[in-house]
Amino acid sequence: MLDSILFYFFAGVAIVSAALMVTRRNAIHSAVFLITTLLATAGIFLQLGAEFLFIAQIILYVGGIMVLFIFVIMLVRLDVALHHLRFRMKNLVVILVIAVLGAEAGGIIYYARSLPGHGLFIEKMAQADKLAPNSEKLAQSLFHSYLLPFEIASVLLLVAMVGAVIMAKNKKGTEDS
Amino acid sequence: MNPTLHSLLQFLQTWWVELTCGVVIVAVVPLIAGYVVLVERKLMADMQARLGPMRVGPHGLLQPIADAVKLLIKEDIIPADSDKLIFWLAPVISMTAALTSMGAIAFGPSFQVARDINIGILFVLGVSSLGFLGIILGGWASNSHYSILGALRSTAQLVSYETAGGLAVISGLLLSGTLSISGIVAAQEKQGVWFIFLAPVAVFIYLVASIAETNRAPFDLPEAESELVAGYMTEYSGFRWALYFLGEYANMIVVGSIATTLFLGGWLRPFPNVHWLNWLDYIPAVAMLLLGVYSIYRAGKQPVKVQTGFMWAVALACFATAAVFAVPWFVATLKFVIPGLNGAFWFLLKVAAYIYVFMWLRFTLPRYRFDQLMHLGWYILIPLAIVNVFAVGIAMVLEALGWSRWLALVPTTIVTLAFAALLVRWHDRRTESASTASLAQDSYAG
Repeated sequence: MLDSILFYFFAGVAIVSAALMVTRRNAIHSAVFLITTLLATAGIFLQLGAEFLFIAQIILYVGGIMVLFIFVIMLVRLDVALHHLRFRMKNLVVILVIAVLGAEAGGIIYYARSLPGHGLFIEKMAQADKLAPNSEKLAQSLFHSYLLPFEIASVLLLVAMVGAVIMAKNKKGTEDS
Repeated sequence: MNPTLHSLLQFLQTWWVELTCGVVIVAVVPLIAGYVVLVERKLMADMQARLGPMRVGPHGLLQPIADAVKLLIKEDIIPADSDKLIFWLAPVISMTAALTSMGAIAFGPSFQVARDINIGILFVLGVSSLGFLGIILGGWASNSHYSILGALRSTAQLVSYETAGGLAVISGLLLSGTLSISGIVAAQEKQGVWFIFLAPVAVFIYLVASIAETNRAPFDLPEAESELVAGYMTEYSGFRWALYFLGEYANMIVVGSIATTLFLGGWLRPFPNVHWLNWLDYIPAVAMLLLGVYSIYRAGKQPVKVQTGFMWAVALACFATAAVFAVPWFVATLKFVIPGLNGAFWFLLKVAAYIYVFMWLRFTLPRYRFDQLMHLGWYILIPLAIVNVFAVGIAMVLEALGWSRWLALVPTTIVTLAFAALLVRWHDRRTESASTASLAQDSYAG
């Protein structure tokens, strides 16, 4: 009872604020609604017992990436820049994307109807109090089973970071302002 | 019985501890924040050989309430060109983030809202850092240069110092081996030592980083009044301003709680495993009793009759608290609350000590310049924090190999300190050459 109330609350908030995020003209308002969407999704993660995923979503997306987004939006006058960038085929592209996504979602639901569980993918549910602490599980899989891909991904990120620093550095090579 | 009512009762029966804790946090933290402000003003007065607030109540004890009333009835100004929605939302975000993050802090063995959450420390760190959205959005929505500059400074400062602070927290987590808050305190109880003695460098880094994260002097550049009027709060007035202020002080309590939990033994009394020191458990009641006696002593010295009466009331409140601490010792059925009450006492005492250090530094040190702040963060604290994580990790490995803990930790700490000295030296040399170079080019420098 409480579980479904919470789920529908988070899901509703996520969907409504996602819609608002797309429709707002003001970029900062969009960013605020994107934050609300991300927080609501984090709430659903928490409800599923994925505590580490929940907090990673908050720390990385809301606390890190969104702060940088807002930082950039504040410094760049987006409303001026957008006038130069507007292209004509916009509506066509929007309709195309919606059609593809809709077809995909519909296909999945149609296909899933033949599965047990009334048209939804249902994993075997574990008791909430019998779950192992999932930060440890995650560490196990990252540093045991998937060590190589994990290291490759981190090297890739490091390369991207160094590249960004080099591109941002001014050409003379002086570092202090 | 009505089924809805029945399920409601069942809900309350399961969750009453958590609900009470939540209500207590939301109701008491604003009051505590108000009195932290009073203590800060009194301390500042003491360190500057003044008296501080003395008029409202004896020794200014009612000053926070007067301030709150003043802020509530003050005119609420919203600038005409501001973004109303965000302007309205920003202070609320700032305060909500601080109060929400307290939900996972364990003030006592069972005084915790989110008790079963096994990533407690990450929850507190992550959610309290959301308060910065309030600052940056408020600075933008005010549509004022001072505000936006303050917000930008504050974001840059947060991003720089959260890294160092996070790495310092990692050293503490390595020692405890868990992310759960009660687990961290339990680890300190089991190992019989506060982590401040095992990782002193981490504590120092966390102290500096937490001062910078809460925007306090000497790192209060986002609201440096001589440069930016009031930074991101410039356009705020009345109750909205009070919400920002509340968020800031609540954040101080939050970082103090993180430091207490990780490094100062949480709710444990000093030497929790030494049995001949068990008399320390009576300290809370005795301390409150002594405080009450002192209030009676001061009551005789008040100049006005009303103030004498108020002082008596304070004394009675102290005696009542002492009674709350003392009664469970004599009533067998109430014995189970003793660890909780004593735990809360020790926890709050440690948090208060941490906040005292904050204030002490604020009245002692002059403000940093912004490039100095960035240099300190990126060139000294972050490399030092990384080296410290490595040092603690190496010590843990050595300990796992059978070394004694102290034999492993003392040399690694010394190596870290030597590295810190080297870093400072390198940095001094570099800035020296840079400043002489810029002096040669720029006649306005210096």
